[in-house]
Amino acid sequence: MTSSPAPDDHVRITVDDVPLSVPVRRTVAAALMLEGRQAGWRVTRRAGAERGLFCGIGVCYDCLATVDGRPGLRTCLVQVADGMDVRTGTVDV
Amino acid sequence: MSEIAAVVVIGAGPAGLAAAAEAARGSDRVLLVDAGPRLGGQFWRHGAKDDLPQAPAPRWHHGWDTYLELRTDLERAEAAGRLEHLASTHVAALDVREDGLLALHLALSPTGEQLTTLLAETVVLCPGAYDRQLPVAGWTLPGVMAAGGVQAFVKVQEQVPGRRVLLAGTGPFLLAAAASVLQAGGEVAAICESGDLTGWVPRGASAALVPGKGREGAQYAALLVRHRVPYLRRRVVSRIHGTDRVESVEISRADDRGAQVPGTAQVLEDIDVVGLGWGFVPQAELLLQAGAASRLDVDGSLVGVVDGEQASSVPGLFLAGEITGVTGASGAVAEGRIAGRAAAGRVSGRAAESSRKDASARSRHRLFASAMHRAHPAPAGWADSLDEGTVVCRCEEVTLAEITAARDELGARDPRSLKGVTRAGMGMCQGRICAAAMTCFGTDPLEAARTTAKRPFALPLTLGTLASAEEGTE
Ligand SMILES: Cc1cc2nc3c(=O)[nH]c(=O)nc-3n(C[C@H](O)[C@H](O)[C@H](O)COP(=O)(O)OP(=O)(O)OC[C@H]3O[C@@H](n4cnc5c(N)ncnc54)[C@H](O)[C@@H]3O)c2cc1C
Ligand code: FES
Repeated sequence: MTSSPAPDDHVRITVDDVPLSVPVRRTVAAALMLEGRQAGWRVTRRAGAERGLFCGIGVCYDCLATVDGRPGLRTCLVQVADGMDVRTGTVDV
Repeated sequence: MSEIAAVVVIGAGPAGLAAAAEAARGSDRVLLVDAGPRLGGQFWRHGAKDDLPQAPAPRWHHGWDTYLELRTDLERAEAAGRLEHLASTHVAALDVREDGLLALHLALSPTGEQLTTLLAETVVLCPGAYDRQLPVAGWTLPGVMAAGGVQAFVKVQEQVPGRRVLLAGTGPFLLAAAASVLQAGGEVAAICESGDLTGWVPRGASAALVPGKGREGAQYAALLVRHRVPYLRRRVVSRIHGTDRVESVEISRADDRGAQVPGTAQVLEDIDVVGLGWGFVPQAELLLQAGAASRLDVDGSLVGVVDGEQASSVPGLFLAGEITGVTGASGAVAEGRIAGRAAAGRVSGRAAESSRKDASARSRHRLFASAMHRAHPAPAGWADSLDEGTVVCRCEEVTLAEITAARDELGARDPRSLKGVTRAGMGMCQGRICAAAMTCFGTDPLEAARTTAKRPFALPLTLGTLASAEEGTE
């Protein structure tokens, strides 16, 4: 893991142990999509299919991930913060 | 605020901002609660830096001056100690106590923790709406989003959630979303509008009633023409293709019922985002929890019944914005003003000063909206030629085949029994996304709409938060 400082308007987060530098205005979902280059990240229970951002406003619960150890958060509503740890995959709430 | 609030406004969108600004003129105990971190709601959603002094108006916004005026009014009221804004606070439940006070059960957003209860003499409920959805094959693939979700993404991220976007569904909002995508540097492959728009003259009578709307529409049209974006009428998405994400989209002609006409399919290649929207569904759960009267609007939405003062059937509960009918931001502002004044007037005992200007703006916008809804109906025939394997309930992954089997073989004929048999509507979203589809399987549309919108809590709470709430009330 590199420890070069983040530019002023950026913060550092890790997604499934991979470090990313992302603009502060990102939601976790937007960071996963734009810097993490992932379209989907939650794995559904029945079909084992990936889901990503759908409603974008906290209504559909498709975009869930574990953030700083807290499972089942709607990533479209969570702002990134320096040092944030994001875990994707199946969600158990 | 430890004492009982005079007016609590729920929602800081166009309706709620206007309501709070007016209420704070007539009362010094006003509270504005919103689940989001910033003011603005859906229409004026923006990033933190847009609120800095001297920040330019974001290019995708309309009526930003109105937002700034309302924000200034609220800042003044806050500085004078008349108003308080609770950001990132979700109203999980709303009920009417025996003494007539309204009780609001609050949770932190987005984590859902820390429930406290707040008492209010009056509440102005302005919770807005979310995109109405109808299932289509492939719509669970990553890259498929709500049209409003695409719009919301651009407004905060200043970037498109992909590169080449297809917008589909019905209504003028698809044009607004397409315009934002273009302004943020993205490409719009096409806009598919299921309606044929006959009888709808965008520059004709109804638009002339609301000059701002005509102007906004003309700006979108010019932008779309400049970028050569095809605006395809009577066209629907019939299948979305891709393995791990959207790759291409099949579109088909739509018949009179909005059903795809077999044999007319055409594939649009190289698409990474699809934005789907069939109008908007008002967030009705708090309305129903409070026991307020509701009805079905022209667009099939379940909305609250209001009088000329925006008062609901529950004493002390006022409604403004999309919850009274989907009329757009300017109509929401007019309703909010009227409701805010009426709520403060009820508390002070002084009759609210009526404003002819707001009342006439409200009626113009309502007239415009009903003409718009008639031209853009959510198609009755959406399921006619839908693939059996299409997921209808995204949360519980229930397919159309499973739902029709429950209906035809087990006799489940309304959303509630279908839910019991198939689990459709039982997932995390509490049936919000599949509600429009599920109500179509019921025989009584109003009853079906009420059943699907009924939720004991406005957000799913974990058992832990429920337990601590119980302790807190003892
Ligand atoms: C994602 C999306 C994007 C949209 N973008 C546009 C657009 O660009 N142009 C356009 O013309 N129309 C847009 N619309 C349509 C829009 O609904 C209206 O134009 C307008 O925003 C309605 O104003 P409102 O005040 O009624 O509701 P909203 O603006 O939706 O405001 C409602 C507010 O209430 C809050 N809220 C809801 N429930 C609770 C609760 N239980 N507790 C606490 N707070 C709560 C929400 O966080 C929100 O801020 C959009 C709709 C959606 C869903
Ligand atoms: S995308 Fe719907 S809840 Fe986050």
